[in-house]
Amino acid sequence: MVTEGSVAEFNRNGRVVVVGASLAGLRAAEALRDEGFAGTLIMIGDERLQPYDRPPLSKQVLLGRTSADRTLLPRRRAINAEWRLGVPAAGLDLSRHRVRLADGREVGFDRLLIATGARARPWPREAEAELDGVFVLRSVGDAAKLERRLAAKPHRVLVVGAGFTGCEVASACRARGIEVTVAERGPAPLVGALGGVVGAVAAELQRKNGVDLRCNITVTELEGDLGGRLKRAHLSDGTVLDVDVAVIALGALRNTEWLTGSGLAAGPRGIACDAGCRAFDVHGIVTDDVFVAGDVARAPHPLFGYQFLSLEHWGNAVSQAETAAHNMVRSGLDRRPHLWVPAFWSAQFGVNIKSVGVPPMGEELLVTQGALAEHRFAAVYGYQGRVIAAVTFDHGRWIDFYSRQIESAAPFPPEFVGVDRRADGMRPVPADFPDPALPTHGPTVTVSGYAPNERRLTFTPART
Amino acid sequence: MRIVVDLNRCQGYAQCAFLAPDVFVLHGQEALMYDPGADEALAEQVARAAAACPVQAILVERGEGAREPVGAVGGHGH
Amino acid sequence: MISGTLLNQATEYENRADPYPIYAELRKTPVALQDDGVYAVSTYWEIRSLLADPRISSDIRNRDPRLGGPMITEDEANLPPSFIRLDPPEHDRLRCLAGRPFGPPHTPRRIHAMHAELARMIAELIDRFHGSNQVDIVEDFAYPFPVAVICKLLGVPHQDEHLFHDWTEKIVNALDPNPEEGPLERQRVAQQARLDLGGYLTGLVEEHRLAPGEDLLSALTVEHGPDGGMSPVEVIVTAVLLLIAGHETTVNLITNGMLTLLRNPEILRRLRDDPDLAVPLVEELLRFEPPVQLLPQRTCLADIDVAGTVIPKGAPIWLVLGAGNRDPRRFQDPDRFDPDRRDNEHLGFGSGVHYCFGAPLARLEAQLALAALARRLANPELVYDPPVYRRNPVLRGPRHLHVTFDTLVA
Ligand SMILES: Cc1cc2nc3c(=O)[nH]c(=O)nc-3n(C[C@H](O)[C@H](O)[C@H](O)COP(=O)(O)OP(=O)(O)OC[C@H]3O[C@@H](n4cnc5c(N)ncnc54)[C@H](O)[C@@H]3O)c2cc1C
Ligand code: HEM
Ligand code: SF4
Repeated sequence: MVTEGSVAEFNRNGRVVVVGASLAGLRAAEALRDEGFAGTLIMIGDERLQPYDRPPLSKQVLLGRTSADRTLLPRRRAINAEWRLGVPAAGLDLSRHRVRLADGREVGFDRLLIATGARARPWPREAEAELDGVFVLRSVGDAAKLERRLAAKPHRVLVVGAGFTGCEVASACRARGIEVTVAERGPAPLVGALGGVVGAVAAELQRKNGVDLRCNITVTELEGDLGGRLKRAHLSDGTVLDVDVAVIALGALRNTEWLTGSGLAAGPRGIACDAGCRAFDVHGIVTDDVFVAGDVARAPHPLFGYQFLSLEHWGNAVSQAETAAHNMVRSGLDRRPHLWVPAFWSAQFGVNIKSVGVPPMGEELLVTQGALAEHRFAAVYGYQGRVIAAVTFDHGRWIDFYSRQIESAAPFPPEFVGVDRRADGMRPVPADFPDPALPTHGPTVTVSGYAPNERRLTFTPART
Repeated sequence: MRIVVDLNRCQGYAQCAFLAPDVFVLHGQEALMYDPGADEALAEQVARAAAACPVQAILVERGEGAREPVGAVGGHGH
Repeated sequence: MISGTLLNQATEYENRADPYPIYAELRKTPVALQDDGVYAVSTYWEIRSLLADPRISSDIRNRDPRLGGPMITEDEANLPPSFIRLDPPEHDRLRCLAGRPFGPPHTPRRIHAMHAELARMIAELIDRFHGSNQVDIVEDFAYPFPVAVICKLLGVPHQDEHLFHDWTEKIVNALDPNPEEGPLERQRVAQQARLDLGGYLTGLVEEHRLAPGEDLLSALTVEHGPDGGMSPVEVIVTAVLLLIAGHETTVNLITNGMLTLLRNPEILRRLRDDPDLAVPLVEELLRFEPPVQLLPQRTCLADIDVAGTVIPKGAPIWLVLGAGNRDPRRFQDPDRFDPDRRDNEHLGFGSGVHYCFGAPLARLEAQLALAALARRLANPELVYDPPVYRRNPVLRGPRHLHVTFDTLVA
């Protein structure tokens, strides 16, 4: 264990192991070197590729504007690391400070950063998931395969789940002139992430762009032909659709199975850690040498009542990685909390969507600028009389203002008069989130309670 | 080249899309789509774009500069 | 809060050559109420956040006359306001329409494609220096260049360019009060120039409507987007805006650039050997010597608290970009001109929805112009330093910049 007094020695000759060599892992490694860490740095990743960027996979890549293998992340600096790519970590021995790899080898560490992120939730019926034509979208490989299929002009694509990824896939299909059906179990697209009022705008966008959008519906069966190729999809209302491609966009699962039995507070909703990125153990006691960052982390946030947030946000991965790195090479009061205001973007149907804060905590919503009907607006979410989140559609230049409103706990509904405040911006309306006990696909921020120990919570597995 | 734009910072000012139209493209009024693996031949355009970005959201890594060889899978355990 | 006249001092003519020490004083009170009722904001983060604050308006009609502040009396010859003086949604509608033929997403390659044309214009202007060893960078280069560019862009026939020179000069002069001349006379001349310009453009718009070309005016007149187009009056107002907003500013950027280079000979040498340096160098110039020193147009739509001071609804706000650009809380060693500076998020083109419309063009113009001047003038030297400045405190720049050189490099 690295003790307070030995931090300097650790920084000179210590050993850091990073498990998960993607966005969070890479940015943490760079930050460690920036912070002066001169010891040994080992990057363990189960993907064979060097760290790459995922957001373009559902946007530029599916649009055919670039290819999946051109998404490698630029480096901020050289990190002088030992890379172990292509082998997953399979276990963690906390007491011996060792990571066990799937090939049986072990790697020792003084400090460990876990950044194993998340993976696409697969189609639950395995045999159907195996059909040729059924895709998920998380990795370069997934994107390359799907893009190739789209380029071959399929007859109709079925997107299962209208979270951000699903909507972006549908958007790319329409831009390429491909017929697409979107099936969403909730009442509107993006409803889990942004609520029903904004979800209705997202639905209008889809319909305006020729998407066959079907809400309040589930896909009950994917049917193949004798050759194992996807042929049809059966919907819960009895409809049968002829489709040759299905994209399963049912949200993500945290990659924490490899930690089962390790003694860390790791579960399906992520690894609980403190605001300084240190992992909790199963007893809810913070560990000294194990840090967490990125999609796999769930951490308490002071701005949101110290509730634990799980974020699937690019910006969170970068910022939390930097905080984790900072804290790994320091002790005590020199450490800092990860106070990042959640921020997310998406591009679909030619509209730039941005959100800040935690929309799903919002009870009410008020359109402060522009108009929902024009698909160009800024809206704020209120929670217990304060601004808790905001969303913009093609109004990105204003988003920083709303971020500061959230940071300063500005009152809701906002009293101010501003430019372009319209009639429907005078009165708050219910934000209209579905019952949180029935999570929809792809809310990218999840408020996951107070307890650091995931196992004390009842986990509601998302269904399809 | 390797390019990434921090699209949380990006405010759709489109300076990049004006100055490096072969790499940065607007989809609609402000949604930015760019080629993260643009050819080295476009480096001059990209440099103009990155310098002009009002919120300095564009990170570019040129050539082999900061890159390092990716070690063989495995290596020695400890 | 200090109530005071620091801003007056900063805008007084004797301080034109170097307002920066006064800006440093001004920054000690990030929001300073001036004697005339203006709230001067001089620190980087405060300026930047106000530029993205929906409670701040660019429309002067929102001012409360009881709160003082100079009323801007510039008469637009009874034309409606251009989008620089409007708030959303009107601003967004007009800016978007103006942008259609100018840039992405609709016309992404227009500016990029002007590269060779700009280089040619620059070469021609410099070629005219032949046979002399001294030039006035302002009169002989920086002044004619942007007018020629905007005329080309708008589709003004080459033979009419001199008319544009003349009108712009008169209009811009009214913005540059010279106590020697009677203010009324100057206003009258400017007013007449605006009318003449308006009349000329009306005719031109009609010509382009009948026989549209590849230029902006034609596109604005005949090409309509999905949500309609501009009315003929809006086309004219917008054309005047492009002409005026892009003129003096670009002149000053190029002139300030040459001045700064001549004061930093080692950087001038680097630029001569490596024209690519012009790219970050122009960004640093926009921070170090911004052609638009302050934005005097903003008004508060609500009482707002900025850095502990409440600015009341209807009050005039001046955003002192020149001071924010040298805020040590944002920029390390801010008074040093450093073209290698990283992370240079200067305020030279403003920020938020009114961010300079012509910025990509202005950048290219200045990059190419400075690189060419650096390369072609052998051993250039300033004749006097500091040069004589224009009166205008907002669009700040030298009136003349006399430079000697040994020979003209081919
Ligand atoms: C298609 C798509 C579009 C997106 N679009 C947006 C967007 O528009 N805006 C936005 O804000 N966010 C977006 N995101 C989310 C964003 O990409 C993620 O938040 C980000 O990738 C998180 O980075 P990370 O490093 O924490 O996790 P990941 O990127 O998931 O990386 C984790 C890495 O760890 C590896 N790993 C897992 N288990 C092990 C193990 N046991 N041993 C070794 N390695 C392991 C994984 O293979 C992976 O390489 C998108 C994501 C996807 C997939
Ligand atoms: C170096 C040159 C330039 C500088 C320093 C500059 C600076 C600025 C600044 C600071 C603003 C913001 C005004 C505000 O917020 O109120 C602005 C707006 C504007 N500029 Fe420029 N400018 C330059 C060149 C140009 C050129 C070449 C053009 C035209 C081709 C142009 C057209 C405009 C327009 C139309 C606006 C109004 C934008 C709006 O209100 O949305 N500018 N400029
Ligand atoms: S210049 Fe910067 S802010 Fe503008 S679109 Fe490009 S990346 Fe975004």
